Amino acid sequence: MPRTPIEPRFKIEYLSILDSEGSLDTALEPDIPPGDLKRLYRAMVLGRRLDERMVRLQRQGRIGTFAPIKGQEAAQIGSVFALRRTDWMVPSFRETAAMLWRGWPIEKLLCLFAGRLEGGQPAPDQHDLPITIPVATQLPHAVGLAYAAQYRGDDVVVMAYCGDGATSEGDFHEALNFAGVWHVPVVFVVQNNQWAISIPLKKQTHSATLAQKALGYGFPGIQVDGNDLLAVYAASREAVARARHGEGPTLIECVTYRLGVHTTADDPTRYRSDEEVKAWERKDPLPRARAYLEKKNLLDDGLEEQVDAEIARAVERFETMADADPLTIFDHVFAERPAHLEAQRAELRERLGADPPRRVDEERPLPTPMRGQRKTSRWAN
Amino acid sequence: MGKLNMVKALNLALLQEMERDDGVVIIGEDVGVDGGVFRVTEDLHRQFGGTRVIDSPLAEAAIIGTAVGMALYGLKPICEIQFSGFAFQCFHQIENHAARYRARSQGRFHCQMVLRMPYGGGVRALEHHTESEEQFYAHIPGLKMVIPSGPRTARALLASAIRDPDPVIFFESKALYHAAKEEVPDEIETMPIGRARIDREGRDLTLIAYGAMLRVAREAAEVLREEDGVEVEVIDLLTVSPLDRETISASVQKTGRAVVVHEASRNFGPGAEIAASIMEGAFLSLEAPVRRVTAYDVPFVGFAREWVHIPDAARVVSAARDTLAY
Repeated sequence: MPRTPIEPRFKIEYLSILDSEGSLDTALEPDIPPGDLKRLYRAMVLGRRLDERMVRLQRQGRIGTFAPIKGQEAAQIGSVFALRRTDWMVPSFRETAAMLWRGWPIEKLLCLFAGRLEGGQPAPDQHDLPITIPVATQLPHAVGLAYAAQYRGDDVVVMAYCGDGATSEGDFHEALNFAGVWHVPVVFVVQNNQWAISIPLKKQTHSATLAQKALGYGFPGIQVDGNDLLAVYAASREAVARARHGEGPTLIECVTYRLGVHTTADDPTRYRSDEEVKAWERKDPLPRARAYLEKKNLLDDGLEEQVDAEIARAVERFETMADADPLTIFDHVFAERPAHLEAQRAELRERLGADPPRRVDEERPLPTPMRGQRKTSRWAN
Repeated sequence: MGKLNMVKALNLALLQEMERDDGVVIIGEDVGVDGGVFRVTEDLHRQFGGTRVIDSPLAEAAIIGTAVGMALYGLKPICEIQFSGFAFQCFHQIENHAARYRARSQGRFHCQMVLRMPYGGGVRALEHHTESEEQFYAHIPGLKMVIPSGPRTARALLASAIRDPDPVIFFESKALYHAAKEEVPDEIETMPIGRARIDREGRDLTLIAYGAMLRVAREAAEVLREEDGVEVEVIDLLTVSPLDRETISASVQKTGRAVVVHEASRNFGPGAEIAASIMEGAFLSLEAPVRRVTAYDVPFVGFAREWVHIPDAARVVSAARDTLAY
């Protein structure tokens, strides 16, 4: 018998609507109301300015290590904009801009990166998971949320974020497989920022795209220009609509670039060239969106200053927060404290009474510089 | 009231909890149409359908990972990991997430879920099908670790575990699945998690055991009574973590001597924590060092040599005699 081709019978599309030269494909241009366009651009600016401020706060020792988002604002805001408040958002650890859009207060995020767990507590009406640090392990949670929503008959879509590195993890593949088999309303947004710390995409996968990985699990994947707010939104809107109408999961690969460090403990000059970074700076999502709004006469004067003032107020709120009560470390281990935790809490209470520990803000030593930090200038802007 | 083996008793708990709460769902490999490889979920798929009794793809990490997501949404998933030896493929989901979500979200979310796993040896099985790994879970803050010792405790503790707002690792001894039948009441019965049970009262020595080792401890206690005239108190731990230190200390304060029996290997195992808690709670009553009768610290032995590895009554009797003669 001859060999009969049965698979693959698929295509992977690449979607670009507003390119880095400012050319606009008006046939594909999504119809976004002017008010929303202004909000979206403002959210991108806020994401960028807060990111830059946070790097400075980290260098000053006022917050700890965090993962900057610089360069990925369009990928995050364009996708998260497609969700309703009642939908669920499942971040990894580099989604600050998307989290702000979802209503996380700035001071709460600062609190989280200052090592205080209360920063990771979503508001009671917020349908957002806190950040997940072990790579790709949040993706099965998103699938479970979507399954539960479907089980309950709720009109809910779940959007889950991960990066290019995550696509090598077993949990990524298991999550996609379960999502496909269960046909649940979930959208996977892969921010392909080209680097997983020092590992470039070509060492991460031999696939031509990350989008095509979805096809192995029986649902569509699409690659978009992740620095193009309009393309990311158009693809996300379509994926969310599919999910909402019972048509199952979608994977969106946003081709973007991490313009800054992996985390504030990283020195990218060790593994990538300035030329590469400069080439991507020319594709920066912010000027592109700005030019688009300018043409539509939607740019507000003094936007940057307004955003900076909002950040400054939040930083002030963060810095004037009362000290965390150390005894609360025993509060959220179990619903009820078992005997051994009661005993340990009593021991700590006695210790604190006898020898109160120094408040953390009495002295702020600069953190020990991680290797290479002083050599790099990319973050110092 | 009927006489049930442990498989049927567990099945009864699942059935009744699913009837009383539509948020309870079951997920695992072969748990649906097949009723589970040990038949613990038998007939539930027929009664509750495939959306509540979910035959999942073969992937432990996603079974636990998606169950975490379901729990975050408010469902109460019961996961079956086919053998505890395979749970290392989902260990990160258990440790990184199920155990931590309450703390990470500062009480906004929690994972009300049960992770059922058959464990332990004595069933002539292959590698990864005979080990006892309770020490890993007992060590993790935020988890409860429960191991019933027979049909009645299995049924009652499983019902309690399903209703417990925190994640519970629920080990079921394969050797006990069909070992004995017990009277199990028809009406729903629960038992407090975190509470040990005095299985047999005595004044000369305390034997602390759980799961399949309870019957080994009982057998040893009988030998010691008959041959040595020694009255042994046997504690059926039922919950490994959080440990019922109070019951253990009270018993050792009375007897002055203690031997811990478990199937897990010895180093850094539950016996060490139990011994330390006796030091803290009954030091001045101790007449002899606490002894541990456990599996040896070797990775696996194969079932042909298992009889030397898994504690039996003779080893427990010998350790008890050493302790009594100290």
